[in-house]
Amino acid sequence: MSLHLEADVLIIGGGLAGCWAAVAAARAGAEVVLADKGYCGTSGVTATAGPNHWWVPPDPEKRAQAVRDRDARALGLADPRWMARIIDTTWRTLPTLADYYRHSVTAGGVPHYQSLRGPEYLRALRRYAEASGVRILDHSPALELLLHADGSVAGARGLRRQGEGGNWTVRAAGVVVATGGCAFLSKLLGSRTNTGDGHLMAAEAGARLSGMEFSTYHTVAERHSTQTRSASYAFADYFDADGRQIDTGGNPDVTLPLARALLAGPVYATLARMPADLRAILPQIQPAILLPFQRQGIDPFTQRFPITLHGEGTVRGTGGLRLVDDDCQTDVPGLYAAGDAATRELIAGATSGGGAQNSAWAVSSGTWSGQAAARLASARGRRAHQGVEAAGGAGLRPTAGALKDAAALTRHLTEGVRAEMLPYDKILFRRGPVLAQSLATLDGLWRDARDRLAPGPDATARVRAREAAALVACARWSTATALARGETRGLHRREDAPGLNPDLAHRLLSGGLDTVWVRADGPAQRSPARRSNVA
Amino acid sequence: MIELVVDDRCTRCDTCVQVCPTNVFERGTDGLPLIARQEDCQTCFLCELYCQADALYVAPNCDEPVAVDAASIMASGLLGQFRRDSGWNEWEGDPAHANLHWRMGELFARARAG
Ligand SMILES: Cc1cc2nc3c(=O)[nH]c(=O)nc-3n(C[C@H](O)[C@H](O)[C@H](O)COP(=O)(O)OP(=O)(O)OC[C@H]3O[C@@H](n4cnc5c(N)ncnc54)[C@H](O)[C@@H]3O)c2cc1C
Ligand code: SF4
Ligand code: SF4
Repeated sequence: MSLHLEADVLIIGGGLAGCWAAVAAARAGAEVVLADKGYCGTSGVTATAGPNHWWVPPDPEKRAQAVRDRDARALGLADPRWMARIIDTTWRTLPTLADYYRHSVTAGGVPHYQSLRGPEYLRALRRYAEASGVRILDHSPALELLLHADGSVAGARGLRRQGEGGNWTVRAAGVVVATGGCAFLSKLLGSRTNTGDGHLMAAEAGARLSGMEFSTYHTVAERHSTQTRSASYAFADYFDADGRQIDTGGNPDVTLPLARALLAGPVYATLARMPADLRAILPQIQPAILLPFQRQGIDPFTQRFPITLHGEGTVRGTGGLRLVDDDCQTDVPGLYAAGDAATRELIAGATSGGGAQNSAWAVSSGTWSGQAAARLASARGRRAHQGVEAAGGAGLRPTAGALKDAAALTRHLTEGVRAEMLPYDKILFRRGPVLAQSLATLDGLWRDARDRLAPGPDATARVRAREAAALVACARWSTATALARGETRGLHRREDAPGLNPDLAHRLLSGGLDTVWVRADGPAQRSPARRSNVA
Repeated sequence: MIELVVDDRCTRCDTCVQVCPTNVFERGTDGLPLIARQEDCQTCFLCELYCQADALYVAPNCDEPVAVDAASIMASGLLGQFRRDSGWNEWEGDPAHANLHWRMGELFARARAG
């Protein structure tokens, strides 16, 4: 029942970044295995959305201007050199999908590469990966990393939740973590499998994180729906229960006024301002956005309907695994991070990279890490016969004996995390004392997870237990960093510390399992390029 | 959340079991998919998109299960709507369902212009 494989490169996560990483590694000549918790092609937040990529033609002046504009909004934490790199790599890489995605041909006969529909995009990437020789393991969540005695990564281990079941072990020279952001089990569209597993696995192996305080992005949706697609809401007007219009200040970012209104009572919206010609083609632009309305008999263009805001955690925030070189290597030799699992401060700073940067980042960081892992494999070999150690802890190997009712503890942990990480008043209107209280609560949850959380009787229970441990870990790094950043910068807002503090114009690293730590990451800007010492 | 498998439409092809990203379904002994883990459903509608028999119905409520009436849903014309609007399978190439996703930027731009 157990599956043992050897490969040059293992990709953990088969969303946008993982697929591009797998394709890049395979095209560089590596033998590649990709394992996804769900199904590569429908999993991850791109498969349910429709990303627009950062798309700037190779005109030096246009590109320099694009970087300058974006850098000016990043509040000092981005790196223009990385922005220029992703613009270039995205421009060169996206068109290579043309055999698998039917690009719309727009004015002048030019294929439109920049913006793709999610389900079709991921279906195409799966086909591209398969055609490139990638071996895909669906419904095969990774649970922990394997390490060599010298601390470098040796592979990973997980389970198969369909078919014959059982465990899988993949030994590989290089491993790419592409497990997405951590959405703290909010109802953000497509995010159920994004529980921060990769963050925890990497941290257990010795990786550090960066920017975890930037985990506050929110998106509006119809009250009980998951459709967090903001384009149509560009035409929205919002009202309170008494029918008074909510002043959103003419700002396209409506999060704060809506959150304040939602804390006071129900909020309603209408899309009445959307012009008739766009209404008519909306199902062809975003076929899913209208489903919740049609299925409830709501006409969103003439009626008012209740709305909510879904928190996104680090998905359209910027925090994630810290990278040490241009190959997207983490602190752990041979372990790379791509897409939302990695910090996106390099390209978005303290603000969200949603809307264009994040998907360009997923394409580029995926491509670079896949290529680098393939180079590592040919330089060092697989070392598949050396002894290795499994790095996993909480949720796999309870230190104080397992509690009998693993399911009840898992629920207690996930509900505990949701209670600290989703309420608007705790996340969007942060205050020092409340953050300190949250952190104390989360530290207690961590001790429960570490000491008593056992894997549970079946595949579903084992995955859920490990997810619960990862959620608690990510919540702690995020909360501790938010507490340490005693200022308001971009996505991170402190009610008790409004305004920028020039002394905090640097990135904040975090990490640690039993004891969480936060420290400054030196000057953020224009760090000299450092390449890993692999040919 | 997923609420309905229409048994007499289902061809027992197993596709939904395979493609559901959160592993909600399980193949039953009669070959029909069972909704085994509804609480894991992320209301993404992608099982509907992949079901060529239009045998699945996902209710838009992601917070709690809702009672649905199979007969009225079959009469509603909602089954298969997402697949058709997306221009998948037999709808591919039909200009009425051409993929206009590339015009998304226009929504933002025209809203800004007022
Ligand atoms: C509604 C929405 C709209 C967006 N629109 C845009 C846009 O227009 N422009 C833009 O730039 N960005 C956009 N984004 C952001 C963009 O979608 C993400 O940056 C991108 O999807 C990141 O890709 P990823 O591969 O890192 O993560 P994902 O696509 O989320 O993939 C992560 C994958 O990892 C898998 N996984 C998780 N844990 C494990 C495990 N333990 N073992 C194995 N596999 C695991 C998951 O199943 C999933 O398949 C949007 C995001 C959302 C939510
Ligand atoms: S995809 Fe549709 S036809 Fe196939 S098993 Fe599922 S419900 Fe039945
Ligand atoms: S809506 Fe999505 S998560 Fe729910 S059953 Fe269908 S495919 Fe699975």
